[in-house]
Amino acid sequence: MNVFLALTFSGVALGAIYFLAASGLSLIYGLMDILNFAHGLFMTLGAYVAWDVATHLPASWGAPLLFVIALVASVLGGALAAGLTEVVIIRPLYGRPIGQILVTIGLDLAVVGLLLGGFGSNSLSVPVPLWLIEASHVGGLSLPNSDFVALIAGVVVLVSLELFLRRTRYGITIRAGVENRDMVSALGINVGRAFTLVFVIGGAMAGLAGLLYAVVFSGDLISPTQGDSLLIFAFIVVVIGGLGSIRGSAVAALVVGLVQDYANFYLGSHPGMAEIGNLSVVLLLALVLEWRPRGLFGSTL
Amino acid sequence: MTSAVSITDLHVTIAGSHVLQGVSIEVPVGGVTALLGRNGVGKTTTLRALLGLVPSTGAISVLGTDVRGWPTHRIVRLGVGYVPEDRDVFAGLTVAENLRLAERIDEPRYDDVYAIFPELRERTRQRAGTLSGGQQQMVSIARALLNGWPLLLVDEPSKGLAPRLVSELADTLERVATLATVLLVEQNLAVVRRLAQRIVVLDHGEVVHAGDAVELEDPELARRFLGVTGVR
Repeated sequence: MNVFLALTFSGVALGAIYFLAASGLSLIYGLMDILNFAHGLFMTLGAYVAWDVATHLPASWGAPLLFVIALVASVLGGALAAGLTEVVIIRPLYGRPIGQILVTIGLDLAVVGLLLGGFGSNSLSVPVPLWLIEASHVGGLSLPNSDFVALIAGVVVLVSLELFLRRTRYGITIRAGVENRDMVSALGINVGRAFTLVFVIGGAMAGLAGLLYAVVFSGDLISPTQGDSLLIFAFIVVVIGGLGSIRGSAVAALVVGLVQDYANFYLGSHPGMAEIGNLSVVLLLALVLEWRPRGLFGSTL
Repeated sequence: MTSAVSITDLHVTIAGSHVLQGVSIEVPVGGVTALLGRNGVGKTTTLRALLGLVPSTGAISVLGTDVRGWPTHRIVRLGVGYVPEDRDVFAGLTVAENLRLAERIDEPRYDDVYAIFPELRERTRQRAGTLSGGQQQMVSIARALLNGWPLLLVDEPSKGLAPRLVSELADTLERVATLATVLLVEQNLAVVRRLAQRIVVLDHGEVVHAGDAVELEDPELARRFLGVTGVR
Protein backbone atom coordinates (compact mmCIF):
# COMPACT_ATOMS: atom_id res chain seq x y z
CA MET A 1 0.00 0.00 0.00
CA ASN A 2 2.84 2.33 0.92
CA VAL A 3 4.45 1.73 -2.45
CA PHE A 4 1.20 2.59 -4.21
CA LEU A 5 0.81 5.80 -2.20
CA ALA A 6 4.40 6.82 -2.85
CA LEU A 7 3.91 6.12 -6.55
CA THR A 8 0.75 8.16 -6.54
CA PHE A 9 2.54 11.09 -4.95
CA SER A 10 5.35 10.83 -7.48
CA GLY A 11 2.81 10.62 -10.33
CA VAL A 12 1.01 13.70 -9.07
CA ALA A 13 4.32 15.60 -8.93
CA LEU A 14 5.08 14.53 -12.48
CA GLY A 15 1.58 15.64 -13.45
CA ALA A 16 2.23 19.04 -11.86
CA ILE A 17 5.24 19.53 -14.13
CA TYR A 18 3.29 18.37 -17.16
CA PHE A 19 0.62 20.89 -16.24
CA LEU A 20 3.18 23.71 -16.08
CA ALA A 21 4.52 22.65 -19.46
CA ALA A 22 1.10 22.18 -21.07
CA SER A 23 -1.11 24.99 -19.77
CA GLY A 24 0.68 27.72 -21.70
CA LEU A 25 0.66 25.61 -24.83
CA SER A 26 -3.08 25.09 -24.41
CA LEU A 27 -3.78 28.80 -23.88
CA ILE A 28 -1.70 29.74 -26.92
CA TYR A 29 -3.56 27.31 -29.14
CA GLY A 30 -6.95 28.16 -27.66
CA LEU A 31 -6.62 31.88 -28.17
CA MET A 32 -4.41 32.08 -31.23
CA ASP A 33 -4.81 28.77 -33.08
CA ILE A 34 -1.04 28.40 -33.04
CA LEU A 35 0.58 25.01 -32.66
CA ASN A 36 3.69 26.36 -31.00
CA PHE A 37 6.51 23.90 -31.52
CA ALA A 38 8.91 26.38 -29.92
CA HIS A 39 7.27 25.82 -26.53
CA GLY A 40 9.86 23.19 -25.63
CA LEU A 41 12.48 25.80 -26.33
CA PHE A 42 10.97 28.07 -23.67
CA MET A 43 11.34 25.20 -21.18
CA THR A 44 14.96 24.64 -22.14
CA LEU A 45 15.85 28.33 -22.10
CA GLY A 46 14.14 28.79 -18.72
CA ALA A 47 16.33 26.04 -17.29
CA TYR A 48 19.52 27.42 -18.90
CA VAL A 49 18.86 30.96 -17.71
CA ALA A 50 18.27 29.58 -14.20
CA TRP A 51 21.51 27.61 -14.38
CA ASP A 52 23.43 30.61 -15.70
CA VAL A 53 22.15 32.95 -12.99
CA ALA A 54 22.59 30.43 -10.16
CA THR A 55 26.15 29.53 -11.13
CA HIS A 56 27.31 33.13 -11.60
CA LEU A 57 26.07 34.47 -8.29
CA PRO A 58 28.32 34.16 -5.22
CA ALA A 59 27.98 30.77 -3.54
CA SER A 60 28.17 32.63 -0.22
CA TRP A 61 24.56 33.67 -0.77
CA GLY A 62 23.61 30.17 0.21
CA ALA A 63 22.02 27.38 -1.81
CA PRO A 64 18.42 28.03 -0.70
CA LEU A 65 18.50 31.68 -1.81
CA LEU A 66 20.28 30.79 -5.04
CA PHE A 67 17.62 28.19 -5.79
CA VAL A 68 14.82 30.68 -5.23
CA ILE A 69 16.61 33.12 -7.53
CA ALA A 70 17.02 30.31 -10.08
CA LEU A 71 13.27 29.63 -9.93
CA VAL A 72 12.53 33.31 -10.58
CA ALA A 73 15.14 33.39 -13.36
CA SER A 74 13.56 30.37 -15.06
CA VAL A 75 10.19 32.11 -15.05
CA LEU A 76 11.63 35.36 -16.40
CA GLY A 77 13.81 33.56 -18.96
CA GLY A 78 10.87 31.57 -20.33
CA ALA A 79 8.64 34.64 -20.36
CA LEU A 80 11.21 36.78 -22.19
CA ALA A 81 11.92 34.09 -24.77
CA ALA A 82 8.20 33.60 -25.40
CA GLY A 83 7.44 37.32 -25.60
CA LEU A 84 10.24 37.91 -28.10
CA THR A 85 9.14 34.89 -30.14
CA GLU A 86 5.58 36.21 -30.40
CA VAL A 87 6.53 39.78 -31.27
CA VAL A 88 9.40 39.07 -33.67
CA ILE A 89 8.55 35.71 -35.27
CA ILE A 90 4.89 34.81 -34.81
CA ARG A 91 3.22 38.19 -35.30
CA PRO A 92 4.13 38.56 -39.00
CA LEU A 93 2.68 35.07 -39.60
CA TYR A 94 -0.83 35.41 -38.17
CA GLY A 95 -3.33 33.62 -40.36
CA ARG A 96 -0.58 31.43 -41.86
CA PRO A 97 -0.68 28.24 -39.77
CA ILE A 98 1.78 26.26 -41.88
CA GLY A 99 4.26 29.12 -41.70
CA GLN A 100 3.83 29.27 -37.92
CA ILE A 101 4.47 25.56 -37.52
CA LEU A 102 7.54 25.64 -39.73
CA VAL A 103 9.02 28.73 -38.14
CA THR A 104 8.50 27.49 -34.57
CA ILE A 105 10.08 24.13 -35.44
CA GLY A 106 12.94 25.96 -37.15
CA LEU A 107 13.44 28.27 -34.19
CA ASP A 108 13.54 25.32 -31.81
CA LEU A 109 16.09 23.48 -33.93
CA ALA A 110 18.24 26.58 -34.36
CA VAL A 111 18.36 27.53 -30.67
CA VAL A 112 18.91 23.94 -29.53
CA GLY A 113 21.81 23.86 -32.03
CA LEU A 114 23.18 27.08 -30.58
CA LEU A 115 22.94 25.68 -27.05
CA LEU A 116 24.73 22.52 -28.14
CA GLY A 117 27.43 24.64 -29.76
CA GLY A 118 27.76 26.96 -26.77
CA PHE A 119 27.46 24.56 -23.87
CA GLY A 120 28.20 21.17 -25.44
CA SER A 121 26.06 18.09 -25.34
CA ASN A 122 26.94 17.25 -21.75
CA SER A 123 24.31 17.97 -19.18
CA LEU A 124 24.89 20.86 -16.78
CA SER A 125 24.21 20.64 -13.09
CA VAL A 126 21.91 23.20 -11.48
CA PRO A 127 22.99 24.01 -7.91
CA VAL A 128 20.22 23.07 -5.52
CA PRO A 129 20.00 23.10 -1.72
CA LEU A 130 20.66 19.83 0.05
CA TRP A 131 17.13 19.53 1.46
CA LEU A 132 15.77 19.40 -2.07
CA ILE A 133 17.58 16.12 -2.67
CA GLU A 134 16.42 14.68 0.63
CA ALA A 135 13.08 13.13 1.49
CA SER A 136 10.45 13.85 4.11
CA HIS A 137 8.73 11.16 6.13
CA VAL A 138 4.98 11.51 6.10
CA GLY A 139 2.76 8.81 7.62
CA GLY A 140 5.33 6.11 7.12
CA LEU A 141 6.10 7.21 3.57
CA SER A 142 9.40 8.61 2.40
CA LEU A 143 8.54 11.33 -0.11
CA PRO A 144 11.15 13.34 -2.07
CA ASN A 145 11.17 17.01 -1.13
CA SER A 146 11.58 17.94 -4.78
CA ASP A 147 8.19 16.35 -5.46
CA PHE A 148 6.67 18.67 -2.87
CA VAL A 149 8.21 21.67 -4.65
CA ALA A 150 6.79 20.53 -8.00
CA LEU A 151 3.37 19.93 -6.46
CA ILE A 152 3.29 23.30 -4.71
CA ALA A 153 4.44 25.06 -7.90
CA GLY A 154 1.70 23.32 -9.92
CA VAL A 155 -1.02 24.22 -7.41
CA VAL A 156 0.16 27.83 -7.07
CA VAL A 157 0.26 28.28 -10.84
CA LEU A 158 -3.16 26.63 -11.32
CA VAL A 159 -4.82 28.80 -8.67
CA SER A 160 -3.07 31.96 -9.90
CA LEU A 161 -4.04 31.23 -13.49
CA GLU A 162 -7.66 30.57 -12.55
CA LEU A 163 -7.82 33.80 -10.53
CA PHE A 164 -6.18 35.71 -13.36
CA LEU A 165 -8.53 34.30 -16.00
CA ARG A 166 -11.68 34.82 -13.93
CA ARG A 167 -11.04 37.98 -11.95
CA THR A 168 -8.98 40.27 -14.16
CA ARG A 169 -9.96 42.18 -17.25
CA TYR A 170 -7.10 40.66 -19.26
CA GLY A 171 -8.15 37.22 -18.10
CA ILE A 172 -11.72 37.77 -19.23
CA THR A 173 -10.41 39.09 -22.54
CA ILE A 174 -8.35 35.93 -23.03
CA ARG A 175 -11.31 33.66 -22.21
CA ALA A 176 -13.49 35.61 -24.61
CA GLY A 177 -10.77 35.53 -27.26
CA VAL A 178 -10.60 31.75 -27.07
CA GLU A 179 -14.33 31.71 -27.96
CA ASN A 180 -14.41 34.42 -30.62
CA ARG A 181 -11.42 36.58 -31.46
CA ASP A 182 -13.21 38.72 -34.04
CA MET A 183 -15.91 39.69 -31.57
CA VAL A 184 -13.32 40.70 -28.99
CA SER A 185 -11.80 43.04 -31.60
CA ALA A 186 -15.27 44.30 -32.49
CA LEU A 187 -15.67 45.42 -28.88
CA GLY A 188 -12.67 47.72 -29.36
CA ILE A 189 -10.08 45.51 -27.69
CA ASN A 190 -6.56 45.14 -29.07
CA VAL A 191 -6.36 41.36 -29.28
CA GLY A 192 -2.71 41.57 -30.28
CA ARG A 193 -1.80 42.63 -26.73
CA ALA A 194 -3.71 39.67 -25.34
CA PHE A 195 -1.76 37.42 -27.76
CA THR A 196 1.57 38.71 -26.46
CA LEU A 197 0.43 38.39 -22.86
CA VAL A 198 -0.65 34.78 -23.40
CA PHE A 199 2.72 33.95 -24.92
CA VAL A 200 4.53 35.58 -22.00
CA ILE A 201 2.42 33.71 -19.42
CA GLY A 202 2.84 30.43 -21.28
CA GLY A 203 6.59 30.99 -21.59
CA ALA A 204 6.91 31.80 -17.88
CA MET A 205 5.21 28.55 -16.92
CA ALA A 206 7.26 26.62 -19.46
CA GLY A 207 10.50 28.07 -18.08
CA LEU A 208 9.51 27.00 -14.58
CA ALA A 209 8.57 23.54 -15.87
CA GLY A 210 11.98 23.24 -17.54
CA LEU A 211 13.86 23.91 -14.32
CA LEU A 212 11.59 21.79 -12.10
CA TYR A 213 11.71 18.84 -14.49
CA ALA A 214 15.50 18.89 -14.23
CA VAL A 215 15.37 19.14 -10.44
CA VAL A 216 12.68 16.49 -9.89
CA PHE A 217 13.37 13.91 -12.58
CA SER A 218 16.81 14.50 -14.11
CA GLY A 219 19.05 14.64 -11.05
CA ASP A 220 19.41 18.44 -11.29
CA LEU A 221 20.83 18.12 -14.78
CA ILE A 222 19.75 20.23 -17.75
CA SER A 223 20.44 19.56 -21.41
CA PRO A 224 19.65 21.35 -24.69
CA THR A 225 17.07 18.76 -25.76
CA GLN A 226 15.19 18.35 -22.49
CA GLY A 227 12.45 20.78 -23.53
CA ASP A 228 11.73 18.83 -26.70
CA SER A 229 11.25 15.62 -24.70
CA LEU A 230 8.88 17.37 -22.32
CA LEU A 231 7.05 19.05 -25.22
CA ILE A 232 5.78 15.71 -26.52
CA PHE A 233 4.04 15.01 -23.22
CA ALA A 234 2.81 18.59 -23.03
CA PHE A 235 1.11 18.17 -26.41
CA ILE A 236 -0.47 14.90 -25.28
CA VAL A 237 -1.78 16.57 -22.13
CA VAL A 238 -3.21 19.49 -24.13
CA VAL A 239 -5.00 17.19 -26.56
CA ILE A 240 -6.39 14.94 -23.80
CA GLY A 241 -7.50 17.93 -21.71
CA GLY A 242 -9.05 19.79 -24.60
CA LEU A 243 -7.33 22.52 -26.61
CA GLY A 244 -7.67 25.86 -24.83
CA SER A 245 -8.85 24.46 -21.49
CA ILE A 246 -6.73 25.18 -18.41
CA ARG A 247 -8.80 22.92 -16.16
CA GLY A 248 -8.64 20.25 -18.83
CA SER A 249 -4.85 20.55 -18.89
CA ALA A 250 -4.71 20.21 -15.10
CA VAL A 251 -6.85 17.07 -15.04
CA ALA A 252 -5.12 15.53 -18.06
CA ALA A 253 -1.66 16.27 -16.66
CA LEU A 254 -2.58 14.52 -13.44
CA VAL A 255 -3.95 11.48 -15.26
CA VAL A 256 -0.95 11.27 -17.61
CA GLY A 257 1.52 11.59 -14.73
CA LEU A 258 -0.19 8.86 -12.74
CA VAL A 259 -0.63 6.46 -15.66
CA GLN A 260 2.99 6.88 -16.67
CA ASP A 261 4.24 6.37 -13.13
CA TYR A 262 2.07 3.31 -12.42
CA ALA A 263 2.91 1.70 -15.75
CA ASN A 264 6.64 2.29 -15.34
CA PHE A 265 6.68 0.76 -11.87
CA TYR A 266 4.30 -2.17 -12.25
CA LEU A 267 5.10 -3.16 -15.83
CA GLY A 268 8.41 -1.53 -16.69
CA SER A 269 10.59 -4.15 -15.01
CA HIS A 270 9.37 -6.92 -17.34
CA PRO A 271 11.61 -7.82 -20.29
CA GLY A 272 11.09 -5.51 -23.26
CA MET A 273 8.77 -3.21 -21.32
CA ALA A 274 11.23 -0.44 -20.47
CA GLU A 275 9.22 2.13 -22.42
CA ILE A 276 5.82 0.97 -21.22
CA GLY A 277 5.23 4.24 -19.33
CA ASN A 278 5.50 6.29 -22.51
CA LEU A 279 3.51 3.75 -24.50
CA SER A 280 0.71 3.76 -21.94
CA VAL A 281 0.41 7.53 -22.27
CA VAL A 282 0.09 7.26 -26.04
CA LEU A 283 -2.54 4.54 -25.62
CA LEU A 284 -4.39 6.78 -23.19
CA LEU A 285 -4.32 9.55 -25.79
CA ALA A 286 -5.75 7.21 -28.42
CA LEU A 287 -8.53 6.08 -26.08
CA VAL A 288 -9.53 9.63 -25.15
CA LEU A 289 -9.52 10.73 -28.80
CA GLU A 290 -11.72 7.78 -29.69
CA TRP A 291 -14.13 8.54 -26.86
CA ARG A 292 -14.03 12.36 -26.88
CA PRO A 293 -12.28 13.77 -29.95
CA ARG A 294 -12.36 17.30 -28.51
CA GLY A 295 -10.64 16.17 -25.32
CA LEU A 296 -11.99 15.95 -21.79
CA PHE A 297 -12.93 19.62 -21.45
CA GLY A 298 -13.62 20.67 -25.04
CA SER A 299 -12.54 24.22 -25.78
CA THR A 300 -13.75 26.20 -22.80
CA LEU A 301 -11.47 27.76 -20.24
CA MET B 1 -19.53 65.64 -41.04
CA THR B 2 -22.63 64.87 -43.09
CA SER B 3 -22.13 61.12 -43.35
CA ALA B 4 -21.73 58.75 -40.44
CA VAL B 5 -20.43 56.18 -42.90
CA SER B 6 -19.10 56.72 -46.40
CA ILE B 7 -18.13 53.69 -48.47
CA THR B 8 -16.73 54.08 -51.99
CA ASP B 9 -16.01 51.30 -54.47
CA LEU B 10 -15.68 48.59 -51.82
CA HIS B 11 -14.45 45.22 -53.03
CA VAL B 12 -14.18 42.07 -50.93
CA THR B 13 -13.01 38.66 -52.08
CA ILE B 14 -13.47 35.70 -49.74
CA ALA B 15 -12.05 32.27 -50.62
CA GLY B 16 -11.87 33.22 -54.30
CA SER B 17 -15.44 34.54 -54.39
CA HIS B 18 -15.84 38.23 -55.32
CA VAL B 19 -18.48 38.97 -52.68
CA LEU B 20 -18.57 42.77 -52.88
CA GLN B 21 -18.04 44.27 -56.33
CA GLY B 22 -17.67 48.01 -55.94
CA VAL B 23 -20.20 48.87 -53.26
CA SER B 24 -20.70 52.59 -52.53
CA ILE B 25 -22.96 53.67 -49.66
CA GLU B 26 -23.55 56.94 -47.82
CA VAL B 27 -25.13 56.68 -44.37
CA PRO B 28 -26.20 60.13 -43.17
CA VAL B 29 -25.89 61.12 -39.53
CA GLY B 30 -28.99 60.30 -37.50
CA GLY B 31 -31.84 57.86 -37.97
CA VAL B 32 -31.84 54.36 -39.39
CA THR B 33 -30.47 53.33 -42.77
CA ALA B 34 -31.44 49.79 -43.74
CA LEU B 35 -29.21 47.60 -45.86
CA LEU B 36 -31.45 45.18 -47.71
CA GLY B 37 -31.16 42.32 -50.15
CA ARG B 38 -31.62 38.61 -50.55
CA ASN B 39 -29.55 36.12 -48.58
CA GLY B 40 -25.91 36.00 -49.62
CA VAL B 41 -25.76 39.30 -51.51
CA GLY B 42 -23.07 40.74 -49.22
CA LYS B 43 -24.91 42.68 -46.50
CA THR B 44 -23.10 41.11 -43.56
CA THR B 45 -19.82 41.24 -45.47
CA THR B 46 -20.32 44.98 -45.96
CA LEU B 47 -20.63 45.50 -42.20
CA ARG B 48 -17.64 43.25 -41.50
CA ALA B 49 -15.53 45.08 -44.10
CA LEU B 50 -16.57 48.37 -42.54
CA LEU B 51 -15.16 47.12 -39.24
CA GLY B 52 -12.00 45.74 -40.80
CA LEU B 53 -12.99 42.17 -39.97
CA VAL B 54 -12.46 41.08 -43.58
CA PRO B 55 -9.79 42.39 -45.97
CA SER B 56 -11.15 44.85 -48.51
CA THR B 57 -10.16 47.45 -51.08
CA GLY B 58 -11.85 50.78 -51.60
CA ALA B 59 -12.42 53.82 -49.42
CA ILE B 60 -14.17 53.65 -46.06
CA SER B 61 -14.82 56.65 -43.86
CA VAL B 62 -16.35 56.18 -40.42
CA LEU B 63 -17.59 59.19 -38.46
CA GLY B 64 -15.53 61.46 -40.70
CA THR B 65 -12.28 59.49 -40.43
CA ASP B 66 -10.62 57.55 -43.24
CA VAL B 67 -10.16 54.08 -41.72
CA ARG B 68 -8.54 52.26 -44.62
CA GLY B 69 -6.09 49.69 -43.26
CA TRP B 70 -7.05 50.30 -39.65
CA PRO B 71 -7.33 47.34 -37.26
CA THR B 72 -10.83 46.59 -36.02
CA HIS B 73 -10.33 47.78 -32.46
CA ARG B 74 -9.21 51.23 -33.61
CA ILE B 75 -12.23 51.62 -35.89
CA VAL B 76 -14.57 50.59 -33.08
CA ARG B 77 -12.97 53.09 -30.71
CA LEU B 78 -13.94 55.90 -33.07
CA GLY B 79 -17.43 55.28 -31.69
CA VAL B 80 -18.93 52.23 -33.36
CA GLY B 81 -21.15 49.68 -31.63
CA TYR B 82 -21.62 46.34 -33.38
CA VAL B 83 -24.45 43.85 -32.98
CA PRO B 84 -23.42 40.84 -35.10
CA GLU B 85 -25.72 38.55 -37.03
CA ASP B 86 -25.57 35.60 -34.66
CA ARG B 87 -25.31 37.73 -31.50
CA ASP B 88 -21.87 36.29 -30.79
CA VAL B 89 -22.19 36.60 -27.04
CA PHE B 90 -19.34 34.88 -25.21
CA ALA B 91 -21.15 31.76 -24.07
CA GLY B 92 -18.67 30.80 -21.35
CA LEU B 93 -18.71 34.27 -19.79
CA THR B 94 -21.41 35.65 -17.51
CA VAL B 95 -23.67 38.47 -18.61
CA ALA B 96 -21.68 40.85 -16.38
CA GLU B 97 -18.40 39.71 -17.95
CA ASN B 98 -19.82 40.13 -21.46
CA LEU B 99 -20.79 43.69 -20.60
CA ARG B 100 -17.55 44.41 -18.76
CA LEU B 101 -15.56 43.45 -21.85
CA ALA B 102 -17.48 46.04 -23.86
CA GLU B 103 -16.65 48.93 -21.49
CA ARG B 104 -14.57 51.46 -23.40
CA ILE B 105 -15.34 54.64 -21.46
CA ASP B 106 -14.72 55.63 -17.84
CA GLU B 107 -18.38 55.67 -16.91
CA PRO B 108 -20.23 53.06 -18.96
CA ARG B 109 -23.95 53.72 -19.31
CA TYR B 110 -25.26 50.80 -17.30
CA ASP B 111 -28.28 52.81 -16.16
CA ASP B 112 -29.35 53.39 -19.77
CA VAL B 113 -28.76 49.74 -20.67
CA TYR B 114 -30.71 48.41 -17.69
CA ALA B 115 -33.50 50.89 -18.37
CA ILE B 116 -33.90 49.31 -21.81
CA PHE B 117 -33.21 45.72 -20.68
CA PRO B 118 -34.22 45.46 -16.99
CA GLU B 119 -34.05 41.68 -17.24
CA LEU B 120 -30.28 41.78 -17.71
CA ARG B 121 -29.81 43.34 -14.28
CA GLU B 122 -31.25 40.16 -12.74
CA ARG B 123 -29.08 37.87 -14.83
CA THR B 124 -25.65 39.41 -14.44
CA ARG B 125 -24.16 36.24 -12.92
CA GLN B 126 -25.75 33.87 -15.45
CA ARG B 127 -23.57 32.39 -18.17
CA ALA B 128 -24.53 33.96 -21.50
CA GLY B 129 -24.56 30.55 -23.16
CA THR B 130 -27.51 29.51 -20.99
CA LEU B 131 -29.67 32.50 -22.00
CA SER B 132 -32.53 32.24 -24.48
CA GLY B 133 -32.05 33.64 -28.00
CA GLY B 134 -33.93 36.80 -27.10
CA GLN B 135 -31.91 37.32 -23.93
CA GLN B 136 -28.67 36.80 -25.86
CA GLN B 137 -29.82 39.44 -28.30
CA MET B 138 -30.34 41.79 -25.35
CA VAL B 139 -26.74 41.18 -24.24
CA SER B 140 -25.47 41.74 -27.76
CA ILE B 141 -27.33 45.04 -28.12
CA ALA B 142 -26.46 46.08 -24.57
CA ARG B 143 -22.75 45.68 -25.34
CA ALA B 144 -23.15 48.02 -28.29
CA LEU B 145 -25.07 50.61 -26.23
CA LEU B 146 -22.86 50.63 -23.15
CA ASN B 147 -20.51 53.33 -24.38
CA GLY B 148 -23.07 55.64 -25.93
CA TRP B 149 -21.33 55.36 -29.29
CA PRO B 150 -22.74 57.61 -32.05
CA LEU B 151 -22.87 54.82 -34.66
CA LEU B 152 -24.38 51.34 -34.39
CA LEU B 153 -24.06 48.53 -36.92
CA VAL B 154 -26.89 46.08 -36.31
CA ASP B 155 -26.95 42.84 -38.30
CA GLU B 156 -30.23 40.92 -38.56
CA PRO B 157 -31.32 41.47 -34.97
CA SER B 158 -34.69 39.73 -35.44
CA LYS B 159 -33.17 36.55 -36.86
CA GLY B 160 -34.39 33.49 -34.97
CA LEU B 161 -36.59 35.44 -32.57
CA ALA B 162 -40.26 34.67 -31.82
CA PRO B 163 -42.74 37.19 -33.32
CA ARG B 164 -43.53 38.71 -29.91
CA LEU B 165 -39.83 39.26 -29.28
CA VAL B 166 -39.40 40.80 -32.72
CA SER B 167 -41.99 43.40 -31.81
CA GLU B 168 -40.23 44.15 -28.52
CA LEU B 169 -36.92 44.32 -30.35
CA ALA B 170 -38.34 46.85 -32.79
CA ASP B 171 -39.49 48.96 -29.83
CA THR B 172 -35.97 48.81 -28.42
CA LEU B 173 -34.29 49.69 -31.70
CA GLU B 174 -36.69 52.59 -32.11
CA ARG B 175 -35.45 53.99 -28.79
CA VAL B 176 -31.84 53.25 -29.73
CA ALA B 177 -32.25 55.12 -32.99
CA THR B 178 -33.01 58.30 -31.07
CA LEU B 179 -29.55 58.06 -29.49
CA ALA B 180 -27.35 57.01 -32.41
CA THR B 181 -27.09 56.60 -36.15
CA VAL B 182 -28.03 53.02 -37.01
CA LEU B 183 -26.97 51.02 -40.07
CA LEU B 184 -29.35 48.09 -39.97
CA VAL B 185 -29.21 44.83 -41.91
CA GLU B 186 -32.62 43.24 -41.64
CA GLN B 187 -34.71 40.71 -43.58
CA ASN B 188 -37.95 41.46 -41.75
CA LEU B 189 -39.55 44.15 -43.89
CA ALA B 190 -42.13 45.03 -41.24
CA VAL B 191 -39.28 45.94 -38.89
CA VAL B 192 -37.51 47.87 -41.65
CA ARG B 193 -40.65 49.81 -42.53
CA ARG B 194 -41.15 50.74 -38.92
CA LEU B 195 -37.59 51.84 -38.20
CA ALA B 196 -35.80 52.92 -41.34
CA GLN B 197 -35.81 56.31 -43.04
CA ARG B 198 -33.49 55.25 -45.83
CA ILE B 199 -32.82 52.02 -47.66
CA VAL B 200 -29.90 50.66 -49.66
CA VAL B 201 -30.52 47.47 -51.65
CA LEU B 202 -27.68 45.10 -52.51
CA ASP B 203 -27.76 42.42 -55.17
CA HIS B 204 -24.87 40.22 -56.30
CA GLY B 205 -22.39 42.31 -54.39
CA GLU B 206 -23.50 45.65 -55.85
CA VAL B 207 -25.81 48.45 -54.79
CA VAL B 208 -28.83 48.27 -57.06
CA HIS B 209 -31.01 50.83 -55.35
CA ALA B 210 -30.78 53.55 -52.72
CA GLY B 211 -33.57 55.78 -51.62
CA ASP B 212 -36.23 56.64 -49.12
CA ALA B 213 -37.68 53.88 -46.97
CA VAL B 214 -41.16 54.91 -47.99
CA GLU B 215 -40.39 53.33 -51.38
CA LEU B 216 -40.83 49.96 -49.71
CA GLU B 217 -44.55 50.59 -49.95
CA ASP B 218 -44.11 49.90 -53.64
CA PRO B 219 -44.71 46.16 -54.03
CA GLU B 220 -42.89 46.16 -57.36
CA LEU B 221 -39.65 47.36 -55.75
CA ALA B 222 -39.95 44.76 -53.03
CA ARG B 223 -40.54 42.05 -55.60
CA ARG B 224 -37.80 43.17 -57.96
CA PHE B 225 -35.01 43.71 -55.45
CA LEU B 226 -35.91 41.62 -52.47
CA GLY B 227 -37.75 38.71 -54.04
CA VAL B 228 -40.80 39.13 -51.84
CA THR B 229 -44.40 39.57 -52.90
CA GLY B 230 -47.52 40.82 -51.20
CA VAL B 231 -45.57 42.60 -48.51
CA ARG B 232 -47.32 44.97 -46.14
